[in-house]
Amino acid sequence: MNKINNIITKSEEARKVAGLDSAPGSLAIEARGLSLTFDTADGQVEALSNVDLRIEEGEFISLIGPSGCGKTTLLRLIADLEQPTAGTLSVNGLTAQQARLGRRYGYVFQSPALYPWRTVERNVMLPLEIVGLSAMERQERAKRYLALVNLTGFERKFPWQLSGGMQQRASIARALSFDPALLLMDEPFGALDEIVRDHLNEQLLKLWDRTFKTVVFVTHSIQEAVFLSTRIVVMSPRPGRIIDVVDCDFPRTRTLDIRETPEFLKIAHRVRQGLRAGHAYDD
Amino acid sequence: MTTEALALRRRRGVRDRIASGTAGPIAAVVLALTAAWYLAAIAMNYSGVRDQLERDETPYTVGDVIAGTLSAERPVLPAPHQIVLELANSLFGLPPTSNRSLVYHGWVTLSATVVGFLLGSVLGIGLAVLIVHVRTLEKSLLPWIISSQTVPILAIAPIVIVVLGAIGIRGLLPKSIISAYLCFFPITVGMVKGFNSPDPIQRDLMRTWSATAAQSFRKLRWPASMPFLFISLKVAIAASLVGAIVGELPTGAQAGLGARLLASSYYGQTIQMWAALFAAALLASALVALISGAERLVMRRMGAAP
Amino acid sequence: MTLHQIGSAIAVMCLVATLALPLAVDASLFDHPILLAAIVAAAAAIALEGRQDGLVSILLLMFAAGSLAAVTLALLESPAIVGHAGAGFWAIVLAAWISAAEAIAGLAGIEPHARAARRFVGLAIPVLFGAFLFYLWEVAVRGFGVPAVLMPAPSAIFDRFVASLPTLGADFVQPFVRGVLSGYLIGCSTGFLAAVVADRIPFLQRGLLPLGNFVSALPIVGIAPIMVMWFGFDWPSKAAVVVVMTFFPMLVNTVTGLSAAGRVERDLMRSYGADDQQTLLKLRLPAALPFVFNALKINSTLALIGAIVAEFFGTPVVGMGFRISIEVARMSLDMVWAEIALAALAGSAFYGVVALAERAATFWHPSYRT
Repeated sequence: MNKINNIITKSEEARKVAGLDSAPGSLAIEARGLSLTFDTADGQVEALSNVDLRIEEGEFISLIGPSGCGKTTLLRLIADLEQPTAGTLSVNGLTAQQARLGRRYGYVFQSPALYPWRTVERNVMLPLEIVGLSAMERQERAKRYLALVNLTGFERKFPWQLSGGMQQRASIARALSFDPALLLMDEPFGALDEIVRDHLNEQLLKLWDRTFKTVVFVTHSIQEAVFLSTRIVVMSPRPGRIIDVVDCDFPRTRTLDIRETPEFLKIAHRVRQGLRAGHAYDD
Repeated sequence: MTTEALALRRRRGVRDRIASGTAGPIAAVVLALTAAWYLAAIAMNYSGVRDQLERDETPYTVGDVIAGTLSAERPVLPAPHQIVLELANSLFGLPPTSNRSLVYHGWVTLSATVVGFLLGSVLGIGLAVLIVHVRTLEKSLLPWIISSQTVPILAIAPIVIVVLGAIGIRGLLPKSIISAYLCFFPITVGMVKGFNSPDPIQRDLMRTWSATAAQSFRKLRWPASMPFLFISLKVAIAASLVGAIVGELPTGAQAGLGARLLASSYYGQTIQMWAALFAAALLASALVALISGAERLVMRRMGAAP
Repeated sequence: MTLHQIGSAIAVMCLVATLALPLAVDASLFDHPILLAAIVAAAAAIALEGRQDGLVSILLLMFAAGSLAAVTLALLESPAIVGHAGAGFWAIVLAAWISAAEAIAGLAGIEPHARAARRFVGLAIPVLFGAFLFYLWEVAVRGFGVPAVLMPAPSAIFDRFVASLPTLGADFVQPFVRGVLSGYLIGCSTGFLAAVVADRIPFLQRGLLPLGNFVSALPIVGIAPIMVMWFGFDWPSKAAVVVVMTFFPMLVNTVTGLSAAGRVERDLMRSYGADDQQTLLKLRLPAALPFVFNALKINSTLALIGAIVAEFFGTPVVGMGFRISIEVARMSLDMVWAEIALAALAGSAFYGVVALAERAATFWHPSYRT
């Protein structure tokens, strides 16, 4: 009994350290009737149409779908990098803009977007400078998060001296450095080869397990989505909307081997069906 | 990806388009500059005009002084309308053969510029072709050509004029040689870059087809270098004009825009000096516009996006 | 037979012919036994070179070229030969030329693996090439007896340069330090500031950029007489010309540079809730540095040109442009060339300093990674 209590207390401690300021199970993101329509020379384009989504804290959500289905648009709306034309969106109980100005999330782009004139260490410190932390605090955090992504020893290197996978890891460390509760990732491993990708998937999962962040992850790869997520949101284009939401109840600590289990294949099959229903495989 | 493409194509209203185009801002800046010029003319000519009125011992008001600053005969800074009037007069009001006509002087400078430009372009492109095909030249000559751009080459102008004059060559040719010399370097450097611009992949493809050097040049290198060609030609023609103008200075030539500038500065005729300068500016813009026009034609024929 | 073999054959034939052909009217090679020995050694080197390859071949050719060049220069010391060099003399020069060309071609062909060696060879080739051109100039002027009034020999220019160092120093220091440098600093900084200000006001930026491009094409040196009229004959008018000449390239390049930061990087800054000033200081200015330095390099040349040409218009008592116009009028061309050499040195040094600063500040740019 005591042992179980210990585990529960420890996890609460960890959650406090992770900067989560509300009880587990509360909503990290709530979108209702979210729409984004563009006026173009060819008429109106509904990048996102009437999307309803509720994401709880601590979840790992994947957004999957073909090009034009709105998954990146949805992510950018959450990040307040775009504004919706209809619907409501709340991030940690705040509007998207408040969340952005309050630095409630870390964004990882498809390309590492590290500044070539800064060392890896100083790149990780960039958001900390903007937030206004002291030099010592910045130094300490940079070290800590680079260690978290296994890049210790590369602090003084410049981005071009690192491989693609290492650069992307550095950009993840940068996204985590100011302890946001939410991590938004837009196909972060898309440009890497499969072997590096698998390795980084494992590392990301371990990171998520240790830090209890909420992660919203955009991907093209069914395998990646099923492996990483607690829930998979399947989307389709024209107009951009949600076709299916698939639960993925593998344990938090999973290894690459589960990709050959029948349960994995069943979920992957369901995702694929959703994509087919959304005409992802049509000409 | 879709988001970016869509964001770029949002429709805008007419007023938005004026405010976000370039015609509006350019016009606004030009207007602002003209207004500032008038103010500067008033300010800089003020004391001179006022002193003159004092000497004449006629009663005057501030308005008189201001009117005087904008119509003085030898102002420190002529007002824009004075320059434009003098320019119009020298261009259209005098017979083109008169030696006070800017058409005459412009023509003298223009001919030297064009001849020098053609010489320099042919030489420059020819040398670039050689450099790209002969390894030794690329390693031995090209560094000198590149570093010679850091040398103030115009300093050579007087020597060329005087030495050629000593052996009896005067007039158009020495100035053209200076112009050619000035435009040859940017063209060579630009064209070498252009000839080397095709992707290694493209060059490998040529090799898989066993294309000869000449074929590879005609079908790949030359078309690929067109953008670089026109950029260099624009720089070259401007440099050529500067060369022709400077070439008219050392021996006090009688004709040409540079000579006119020099003469006007000696005799303190500021309005004529500014008019000559504006004429040179007009000439430069016309020449560059000509090359831009040629560029658009060529690019369109080559299927570049408008 | 390859071009190389033909060339070597011609070179050896020339050297053999030298023994028969006259060096000049009353001179013969046999009066100079040491030089004769040198020629024989060079001929031997050229003949042997064909059997070797790589570095040995190049060294043999360089030895041949060097010794033949030295022979001809030594021969020019003899009064019988200077000014009336004969066919024999030119045969030696031709042989030297061929060996030098082959040596340089050989150097251009080797690709050393070590980076230091590659850099060294990359530097050596143009240096040797340039040195040989100077040699040809020297030998042609002195061998043909070209009047110094028309074209002085490099050695004469060098002598005049060294002898006139005080004058050259005065011509350089005052106008350069005061006129060129001050104009450069003012012009570049105002151009930069104008661009940063215009950046805040997109309307202004869209108006300034095309205008800046337009003005850059104009013959700005034409404002020199106007500046002389406003600021007098001394260095302020030169500085004024330099300011106008350097302002626009700096403006255009900085404006372009400020929009160089990528969209992704800018979105990143937005995701941090960074305000405009933070984005400017931490992202857009560093990203703009390569463009800014491009303008600084261009401006270093323009500044010098502007100052020198401005002196053609005004008449101060000191300055490179001034000295050139005066000495040209006096037909003392060796002094003119010395001044030109000074201008060339000043121009390259100025550019070199800026390029070094560029390397230090923008070491991260892809163009530095080979």
